Amino acid sequence: MSVIDTPYSAVEGSALAKARAAITRVPVIYAVLVVLLILIYWRTPAFFQMNSLVAFIRSAAPLIVVAIGQMFVLVSGEIDLSVGSLITVAAALAAKIIDSDSANIGTALLVVIVVAAGVALINAVVTTVFHVPSFATTLAMLLIAQGAISIVTNGAPQGGLTPEFRALGRNNFAETGIPNALLVTIAVVLGSLILLNFTTFGRRVYAVGGNAAAARLSGISVGRIKGACFLICSLCGALGSILLVGFSGMSSLNVGNGFEFQSISAAVLGGVALTGGRGSVFGATAGALALQLVFRLLNLLSLPLPFRLTVQGLIILGAVAVGSVRRSRS
Amino acid sequence: MRTQRLMSLLALVLVALLFTGSPQRSTNAQVATETPNPFLSMGDLNKQLGLLKDKPLGDEKTPWLQMFKTDQMVNTTSFKKAAPWTLCFSNASVSNNWRVSGFGVMNADVDALKKAGKVKDFIVTDAGEKADKQISDIDDLLTRNCDLIIISPTSTEQLTPAVEKAAASGKPVVVFDRGVNTTKYTTFIHPIGGYAFGNVGADFLVKQLNGKGNILALRILPGVDVLETRWLAAKQIFDANKDIKVVGVEFDDNDPAKTKSIVTDYIQRVGQIDGVWMDAGEASVAVYEAFVDAGAKVPPITSEDVNGWLKIWNDKKLNSIAPTYPSFQWRTAIAAAEMILDGEPVPKEWILPQPSVTNDNVKDYVQKDLPDTYYVFSSGSTISGYLDSLRKK
Repeated sequence: MSVIDTPYSAVEGSALAKARAAITRVPVIYAVLVVLLILIYWRTPAFFQMNSLVAFIRSAAPLIVVAIGQMFVLVSGEIDLSVGSLITVAAALAAKIIDSDSANIGTALLVVIVVAAGVALINAVVTTVFHVPSFATTLAMLLIAQGAISIVTNGAPQGGLTPEFRALGRNNFAETGIPNALLVTIAVVLGSLILLNFTTFGRRVYAVGGNAAAARLSGISVGRIKGACFLICSLCGALGSILLVGFSGMSSLNVGNGFEFQSISAAVLGGVALTGGRGSVFGATAGALALQLVFRLLNLLSLPLPFRLTVQGLIILGAVAVGSVRRSRS
Repeated sequence: MRTQRLMSLLALVLVALLFTGSPQRSTNAQVATETPNPFLSMGDLNKQLGLLKDKPLGDEKTPWLQMFKTDQMVNTTSFKKAAPWTLCFSNASVSNNWRVSGFGVMNADVDALKKAGKVKDFIVTDAGEKADKQISDIDDLLTRNCDLIIISPTSTEQLTPAVEKAAASGKPVVVFDRGVNTTKYTTFIHPIGGYAFGNVGADFLVKQLNGKGNILALRILPGVDVLETRWLAAKQIFDANKDIKVVGVEFDDNDPAKTKSIVTDYIQRVGQIDGVWMDAGEASVAVYEAFVDAGAKVPPITSEDVNGWLKIWNDKKLNSIAPTYPSFQWRTAIAAAEMILDGEPVPKEWILPQPSVTNDNVKDYVQKDLPDTYYVFSSGSTISGYLDSLRKK
């Protein structure tokens, strides 16, 4: 709000006006989250029992992790459509290498990390060196990865995951009753917060996303920064994949389907701008939580399918619209 | 300011929508009773239930060669041709594990025929589940030197003209899996059908529950003919039992994560779930895990002949039944091709049996060292060396 719009009472510093100003600064996504939680409580108070919250966290953790990775790429001014296919590839490779023998978990993790890094490298090089728009690059990567994993596995997932491998997504930490997935999510959130807000790297990511030309002129290696963001996104994808198959197991090559769309929706819901330069870790996290809550709420309300898809779309549209309207006014 | 007010209004409308949506609690089951379902054919349903009780001809050790008695046989002497043959196959896709299993055993049978010198070439096209691609695939195959064309259609309506065109070329045409709206093919191979599939699972659950209890129905997605018939048959049974309450009919996209979340939510919302009816088997393990993770007792769950479910079923001694839409029909297509090109008669409509895996025989069918995605009623165990080849991969 400009000085002219500021009511006289705020200029005077009244408590009410200060409160109003503070509330309008809170991103819409948190309000949406609160409303969703209230609606769920009204419909099914049992949702807030410990074992049900634990189940919810396990199911939401993969999207939170992937959304944070996607946020890095979006803030740097690019987009990563390949992360969904990468999730499928990581899960299928892990299953094939582990082959129901937990001794192979180490090798499987190594291979998954290397493959994720490889995908990120290709995304980064083609986007920054050959100047192909990341939308096209990562879309191509999505198709290539999907085709490649179909060929390698002959159309159906081979091998098998062991309970030890699934422990990260499915079990609790020791005897504490705290799900591993929650601990992993907290670690990723904290790590990203520090990376994005307390390091030079983080500042540069915002700079590159805000105005790549200006960033380059001020000496920032735009290619390296974007490359690093693609790498973070791919690694988050790999981690998300481990959490996902841990939670739900793997029964087909469709595990990762739609995750690129969901992670982008989550990030955008959380206030990350598609044009780059703006976004926060908490925002992306809240966006992912909100998406998962909407899905669960629609389950609990037992709406017929057509209703659900429409409502889901309207909620996303509404939240994003309110967010951008507020931004343009501030 | 005005835009913000408008946005707040929109938000309020959304919330109101959510509130008004809920009291209806109109599940898809209710919607189906209000308007006649276009997929429902009581004639077909009764015919299939009749076949379930019948005994097919042939040896049950080679179920892909069994058939239900029929008077309509096709004289194929005009198609008799000296080996080696070129077989052509227009495949809808290998887009799911059931098809992958079927295609695997089909190829194994073709390889055996190649070794025996009866087949010299097996030309396959894959339509990726796209009807228009399959139509052009079939056109393509008609220009090759095919001695016989096998077609697994992506859709009934759209592939009907293509099947007729293939038949008009003078080559023998074998259709299997999904049917078409013409009889110009040489033979149409399929198991009893979807109504029978749905019926077996629903019947089992009602008996296990002694006619009383809460049932959750999980379906993959709406609007697919082969899946709609399964649900419609089950619904007939559930509707006929007053004390059976279908607490929800949900679509899970065959996605284990979604399935697990849906079931968890139902356990919270409803509390007591006495049985889970499913129209397919790949997400059954996720259903099982949802109950286990919620600390709830695992109820009877219906599934399919997918190995991953059989493993858990056998290990944990669960209460279940697995009706099948057997993938050994892919082998029947090759067997029929051989019969036709040898001049032997084949039935016009070759109806295969639909065996089920039950609590009693699961230990005989489970394959502990094969992948979870293997469908055991592809009958790969009867092909020498085939299961070993799956293990080696």
